[in-house]
Amino acid sequence: MKKAILRLQDGTEFSGYCFGAETAVAGEVVFNTAMMGYPESMTDPSYAGQIVVFTYPLVGNYGVPSDECAENGLSRFMEGDKIHVRAIVVGDYSAEFSHWNAKESLDAWMKREGIPGITGIDTRELTKVLREHGVMMGSLVPEGMESPKAQYEGVNFVSQVSCQEVTTYQPTSEPIGKKVVLVDCGVKHNIIRSLLERGVEVIRVPWDYDFNQLDFDALFLANGPGDPETCKPTVDNIRKFLQHPKVRPCMGICMGNQLLAKAAGARIYKLKYGHRSHNQPVRQAGTNRCFITTQNHGYAVDASTMSNDWEPLFENMNDGSNEGVRHKTNPWFSAQFHPEACAGPLDTMFLFDEFVNALKK
Amino acid sequence: MNQMIKKVLLLGSGALKIGEAGEFDYSGSQALKALKEEGVETILINPNIATVQTSEGVADQIYYLPVTPYFVERVIEKERPQGILLSFGGQTALNCGVELHKSGVLEKYNVQVLGTPVKAIIDTEDRELFVQRLDEIGVKTIKSQACENMEEACKAAKELGYPVIIRAAYALGGLGSGFCDNEEELRRLAEKAFSFSPQVLVEKSLKGWKEIEYEVVRDRFDNCITVCNMENFDPLGIHTGESIVIAPSQTLTNSEYHKLRALAIKIIRHIGIIGECNVQYAFDPESEDYRVIEVNARLSRSSALASKATGYPLAFVAAKLGLGYGLFDLKNSVTKTTTAFFEPALDYVVCKIPRWDLGKFRGVDRELGSSMKSVGEVMAIGRTFEEAIQKGLRMIGQGMHGFVGNKDFDLEDLDAALQAPTDKRIFVIEKAFLAGYSVDQVHQLTKIDKWFLQKLLNIYNINNDLRQQSLESLCPELLRKAKVYGFTDFQIARALGMEQEMDIEKALLAVRTKRKSLGIIPYVKQIDTLAAEYPAQTNYLYLTYNATAHDVSYEHDKLSIIVLGSGAYRIGSSVEFDWCGVQALNTIRKQGYRSVMINYNPETVSTDYDMCDRLYFDELSFERVLDIIDLESPRGVIVSTGGQIPNNLALKLDHQQVPILGTQAKYIDNAEDRDKFSAMLDRIGVDQPEWSALTSMEDVSDFVKRVGFPVLVRPSYVLSGAAMNVCSNEEELERFLTLAANVSKKHPVVVSKFMQNTKEVEMDAVAQNGEIMAYAISEHIEFAGVHSGDATIQFPAQKLYVETVRRIKKISAQIARELNISGPFNIQYLARENEIKVIECNLRASRSFPFVSKVLKVNLIELATRVMLGLPVKKLEKSFFDFDYVGIKASQFSFNRLQKADPVLGVDMSSTGEVGCLGPDTNSALLLAMLSVGHRIPQKNILLSTGGAKEKASLLDTAKMLREHGYNLYATGGTSRYLKENGVENTLVYWPSEEGLQPQALDLMHEHKIDMVVNIPKDLTTHELTNGYKIRRTAVDRNIPLITNSRLAAAFCNAFCTLKIEDLPIESWSEYK
Repeated sequence: MKKAILRLQDGTEFSGYCFGAETAVAGEVVFNTAMMGYPESMTDPSYAGQIVVFTYPLVGNYGVPSDECAENGLSRFMEGDKIHVRAIVVGDYSAEFSHWNAKESLDAWMKREGIPGITGIDTRELTKVLREHGVMMGSLVPEGMESPKAQYEGVNFVSQVSCQEVTTYQPTSEPIGKKVVLVDCGVKHNIIRSLLERGVEVIRVPWDYDFNQLDFDALFLANGPGDPETCKPTVDNIRKFLQHPKVRPCMGICMGNQLLAKAAGARIYKLKYGHRSHNQPVRQAGTNRCFITTQNHGYAVDASTMSNDWEPLFENMNDGSNEGVRHKTNPWFSAQFHPEACAGPLDTMFLFDEFVNALKK
Repeated sequence: MNQMIKKVLLLGSGALKIGEAGEFDYSGSQALKALKEEGVETILINPNIATVQTSEGVADQIYYLPVTPYFVERVIEKERPQGILLSFGGQTALNCGVELHKSGVLEKYNVQVLGTPVKAIIDTEDRELFVQRLDEIGVKTIKSQACENMEEACKAAKELGYPVIIRAAYALGGLGSGFCDNEEELRRLAEKAFSFSPQVLVEKSLKGWKEIEYEVVRDRFDNCITVCNMENFDPLGIHTGESIVIAPSQTLTNSEYHKLRALAIKIIRHIGIIGECNVQYAFDPESEDYRVIEVNARLSRSSALASKATGYPLAFVAAKLGLGYGLFDLKNSVTKTTTAFFEPALDYVVCKIPRWDLGKFRGVDRELGSSMKSVGEVMAIGRTFEEAIQKGLRMIGQGMHGFVGNKDFDLEDLDAALQAPTDKRIFVIEKAFLAGYSVDQVHQLTKIDKWFLQKLLNIYNINNDLRQQSLESLCPELLRKAKVYGFTDFQIARALGMEQEMDIEKALLAVRTKRKSLGIIPYVKQIDTLAAEYPAQTNYLYLTYNATAHDVSYEHDKLSIIVLGSGAYRIGSSVEFDWCGVQALNTIRKQGYRSVMINYNPETVSTDYDMCDRLYFDELSFERVLDIIDLESPRGVIVSTGGQIPNNLALKLDHQQVPILGTQAKYIDNAEDRDKFSAMLDRIGVDQPEWSALTSMEDVSDFVKRVGFPVLVRPSYVLSGAAMNVCSNEEELERFLTLAANVSKKHPVVVSKFMQNTKEVEMDAVAQNGEIMAYAISEHIEFAGVHSGDATIQFPAQKLYVETVRRIKKISAQIARELNISGPFNIQYLARENEIKVIECNLRASRSFPFVSKVLKVNLIELATRVMLGLPVKKLEKSFFDFDYVGIKASQFSFNRLQKADPVLGVDMSSTGEVGCLGPDTNSALLLAMLSVGHRIPQKNILLSTGGAKEKASLLDTAKMLREHGYNLYATGGTSRYLKENGVENTLVYWPSEEGLQPQALDLMHEHKIDMVVNIPKDLTTHELTNGYKIRRTAVDRNIPLITNSRLAAAFCNAFCTLKIEDLPIESWSEYK
């Protein structure tokens, strides 16, 4: 295996070995503490522009499933139509894999998609560096190659991963005769699947598309990568929706939560090193109900800056950060975490039910 | 929290046995700690006197009484607790609690079951109810048919189609269960299962499916988490206690992992668990199909493992939830800032490997299956799978160096060995690779997931790469790679062929020097539950080569004191040494030093990161201990509280200038090396059984001619009499010597005169600079010939001549002086009349230290640790006559788990655990102890076959007494005749070999007509398949109490004829003054 270096902005270097594509890349280096689900995570559009460090050291064990799509164009096993991470960093890449549903090795898949990986890294030490310093830029450079330059903050990754045109998906179960506009800031396919399974028709629109002109029954604000500041047009559209005399349900996830809160007047700030894992505990505000959630975000809502019509819906039990908001009277709510899981726990899937129930009313 | 609960009773699990071992000391201790923190008064019932939980300060009141409904009710009656905890003492406590609930005792005394309600327990324990409950929520189970008799069982099996698995309902650890390929096998197994339980379950076998477990926690607010999932290396068909287990799962995709996780949560919500529970699945390797195997509504071996694997204190949290807390009320005890409502993220991989001691049992069936045989386990942590598993294979402590680099062993049929796994299974895989088998071929035969096999092949390949090199030619990359994938310096030296040129000890040090000069060293990492996401102050550590930096910074202030732990529980070394280690840590802490523990046994309290200032969950090998010493630069190392493993390291560490605290290494060697030790005894004029160091067969023949048979043959450096044997004739001697010579080449084998009809006496003591500061003399009830670990021991000694005691004291003082002992030691003596001989001397704590310390009410380990720390100690002046009570230590055997093994006692130890009970006199303490290890006071029928002439005579009075108390005696040929001649009425029964004659002894046992069997073997050697063996084995298989020693039989019968159960005192430890 060819040697490679992971070089951080602050000069820290880690040396390891290449796998996947042998190309030099740069991006924002973030860590994820999930113990499985690398195919789902790597295709999650929210990771666009990022080099992801997996803290669990053994990666590649069960290979990669087929990247085929179902008839409606949604990936069968993945969360996007390609690998969105810029590179991955692992402790001990497992070249050999074993699983009945695997089509190829992680290495072969990454080679096909031109995505590099580095193995043999003390990912725990690297994580500690990122934890102390906060996320920073870094580059993965195979031996003999030049270190590329890149920028993360201020870059509009949403425009890069969002769909380009409006697509309509038909429900995959008994239709309830409702149309949901889904604003694609980089939507994970399981969000769409989860909606379709509940009998709604989904109209997927580009991030900056003015959906207010469409005929629809509810709004869904999807996840997406990067800084919500770059999504001004989306926020404007949401605000229009909220001000519309006809009150229709709205649910947001992750970036969708931030955009909804922004539209409601809240301030968004960048977390030191974000939440990226499958074990984030959240508590429903004012209750004893707690949930384990999947998260992948670097920015958070400052709930104290919302208008009086809004209130926190969920809170992070570790650091107290906001994990979701809701309107006090209207059926508008959002979660900072990922109820659609993929990868991660399924505990908060019920939020989709609540959304669809609101739609049925 | 429920404010009504002021006093809580916790049931322990009793003696360690196969299937129920040290993990319950850990969970019970944690629960007691949790209760204490809330100011709740705690009462503990547990006769296992060697545990940490039964030590001073852990519970408020401790009762060394049997965990049976009768005694628990008596304690409830006396103590009147408001709450009871049933899920911290294994199946023993759970079953006892269910009985108390059913009989209305809990209601009568208004005792509330805390945590999971009894109904939920019953739902999980009763197979039929369990299936029904899971059917209600559409969760798939292995459909089994409950059968009440043999014909039903055969019919059910026919309907399901073979192979089927059968199991006894309400049995722990798969007792009385197994696979059957045809009706003949079914009939054989079912008969046994019916003897344990009126209900036997027949179900379809899913051999070859993956086995996956989840540890789930739920609070009363319905919040659920899964703390850990685990994957068995061995596919379904091998009991999870017999399987190598990996955490977290390695071969499950996200979808599979979370499908099973969500099911686990659905199940515990429906059943209504409050606290902790374990869900086991069978999982199809070719789809996402699954079956729930079982749900354990209590803390288990798996939960202890999960706690250690993740750092999440399951038992502690479960106890708090039982008091009414929500998970959100509790903090993550590692980070101290984040919540306990979370699921640990691991950034390492954990391997649990079982430890078997099947070699100790003659005739035992070595094949692994659905019932448990292992006696202990280890847990290894690494950042590659290869590193973890190689560490683990070494930790097992049976001379293996990892996956490769081991001594070859004979194997007749490779394919058969791959198909029918034994305790050697993983090493058979290496043999298969060696024989050119591919991963696919091995997978075909073993059904082990290819991912695991590929990882093993990687180790095999690295070894081959190393074999192409010499130390000089070895490049840093390959050397580093070998270390990253778990190779020791020893394995590398061996692969490089260095043994041909030098001693292996030298060779491995040469490898060490080279790699250190290249900067290839292991790094220390923390187990912090959150994969470094949050800063953690944790002291829970392991070492790995797949790293570039330490998580810990070292003070180098010479304040660290390292205590070496005792490793895997095995026959001869278990919880008692954990107790010793914990007491040493406590004392070190109290004195303001930094206490550091190295140990790798997930079933222990010493590996609870609360117990010390730094815990290295890592190997107790010379290499790893030295690595840690390099980092810690300790003030000193304690090698005398962890049994034989640390003791054996003393000399090697001393050669590396490591400061050993207490008795110096050369003296340890002088005591361990039998040759040197005997020479010393001769020099100071202390008597010992005649012995000879063996160098050739001729020497030995000459020796035996002089002293006569029987002789005791043993190699040095052994604990628990491993590879020790009594030989009664020339042939046995010759056969054994060829075996023994393989055990240890470095140290000569010693042959000694074996003395019969002699008492065995133990001296446990602490000395300072050669002067005894405290001691305890205890006496075996059995005559010499029964291993001290199996013997029933009374302390203080009750039947020794004053003269004998005086001499033993004097000789011990002489030996202590001669070996300049500073610390704990133990000497075993033989005493006949007043003739005293020394058998052996260990310059370390012995198995009986916790027992004598607790009876004496003086913590001998605390004293010894103070001595080793160089602190002043006061000489203990406590005479035998100061005791108004007696302590009896009795042994727990697990023969019922060890199919086909001859349940007879000998010089080789075979018990798996022990209890210690107190009473105002020998009879009451003995009776309590015997009841605690599973004996029952017989109802009416006793079967006797009392061995040779001497034993027959010695049991005559006993037989008379039994008759006087109305017992019916059944006796085999010689015994029956002898009893008749001496006027003791009895019924003659026939041996199995006396075919056709009625009544047959075995028939009576099968028909449950015998309540107790006394079977004394005629000679000291065990002969398979003899009449005696058949009777003994049948007793075990039919769950009939069995005694095989005449002295113990006499004492036990005397006790239950003298006392009734109601006469036994219900007194706590503190009430014995």
